[in-house]
Amino acid sequence: MADMKEVIKEYIVDEYLDDDDDIELTDTTPIISSGIVDSFSMVSLKAFLEKKYGISLPDSEATPEAFDTVQSICALVQKHLAK
Amino acid sequence: MVYSDRTRQLFADELTSIRGKGLFKEKRFICSAQDAEIEVEYPEGAPRRRVLNFCANNYLGLSSHPEVVAAAHQGLEERGYGMSSVRFICGTQDIHRDLENRLTEFLGTEDTILFPSCLDANAGVFEAILGAEDVIIADRLIHASLVDGIRLCSAEYDTFKHMDMKHLEKKLEAHQDKRHRLIVTDGVFSMDGDLCPLGEMVALAEKYDAMVLVDECHASGFIGKTGRGTHEHFGVLGRIDLITTTLGKALGGASGGCVSGRRELVELCRQKARPYLFSNAIAPSIVSASIKVLDIVSGSTERRDRLEWNTRYFREQIVAAGLNIREGETPIAPVMLYNAKLANDMSRDMYAEGIYVVGFFFPVVPAGAARIRVQLSASHTKEMIDQCVAAFRKVGEKYGILGLDKQGIIDKYGM
Repeated sequence: MADMKEVIKEYIVDEYLDDDDDIELTDTTPIISSGIVDSFSMVSLKAFLEKKYGISLPDSEATPEAFDTVQSICALVQKHLAK
Repeated sequence: MVYSDRTRQLFADELTSIRGKGLFKEKRFICSAQDAEIEVEYPEGAPRRRVLNFCANNYLGLSSHPEVVAAAHQGLEERGYGMSSVRFICGTQDIHRDLENRLTEFLGTEDTILFPSCLDANAGVFEAILGAEDVIIADRLIHASLVDGIRLCSAEYDTFKHMDMKHLEKKLEAHQDKRHRLIVTDGVFSMDGDLCPLGEMVALAEKYDAMVLVDECHASGFIGKTGRGTHEHFGVLGRIDLITTTLGKALGGASGGCVSGRRELVELCRQKARPYLFSNAIAPSIVSASIKVLDIVSGSTERRDRLEWNTRYFREQIVAAGLNIREGETPIAPVMLYNAKLANDMSRDMYAEGIYVVGFFFPVVPAGAARIRVQLSASHTKEMIDQCVAAFRKVGEKYGILGLDKQGIIDKYGM
């Protein structure tokens, strides 16, 4: 779980943040409701998770709420890994 | 009763929630023709007052130009009021064909199809030309209508960081397995006034076998030496596969939009684009006036040159007044305030000073990036711009932000 959190954080920083962004990303930092990632751009995060963890996230579950923090993203991935 | 009390209350609650978040859009009534100086009733029921308009998309000042109005009258007299038909049944007049040909010539493309608006063009173009085997790679800050159009299409989509060509290249490499790659961007971004680096983008598209679609709504008529758009500015005329643009901003300001580009892609829109197939043809008076607008902008760069001068002058003066502005060279000049309430309060005070400008904040712009978006026009005089800057200086002083940088404003007001 700790590894997964770090992998996802690294992806979010690399994919969404600019070098001059002064944002400390913790497990509970809201990334969508705060505007760091918009719902349109969320698609690349979904594709990354599906490829990295070999899962398929249905649109009904890949919601802005589920993708709002590293913690909630991990919970969603764990749920699908357990299936 | 279908619309029961319970149903009514649920909708009313939603409106209350929008108000509670400070996102409710109030009505503002313009009681004169659109121009640099207008008569406004705001709030609703308040006495009318004359104010200077610094928030219209009337970049070339053609919205109420006498020759444009006369051409609209002529179209009305000669071709009637409305078409009562979609284009492909009995809604295409000779002047629709003329306008499409004139736009093709002006934009330097192969063919053009008119839509009721550019929102419709953006809603229809992707679904008409792409399928599930394809990918759309879009800048993250493209206009909402492009986002909607992309979501209506079965092609996969991906995004790249705003104007970051290295990130775009990474995405192009990653999607080489797709049948078609279509890069999507705005030429000029409506909230920031940024100019897309179109030259680099076209070079990448050619390297990675991709097409390029540029939304030129905030560029057509005034960006580039003769106002043809961002592609003229960056020297890539004829190398853009698809341009979508509007007749509702610099090019007359009424309504109507188009997709202009490669012959086959435009023809596919004629066959398949739903907003074209299922919506009325543009009214003859607007078509006729739009042809006159193209006569004016093709015949002289005077208005475009004046807009360029006004833009430079405003940007210099506002910086000298001690305000923060997003750097750039387009007539979209955002005065950065970062805090939503500050942007709202200052725009209200600017109105009291006789300057009509609007504050923008999250979710319209990213959180912590609230601003007052100022839009220059060729119809602004130097004196009008001086008045606007003086009002910003007075209101900025009231809030104690003159001379403060981004961090200074955030320290004082928060994000």
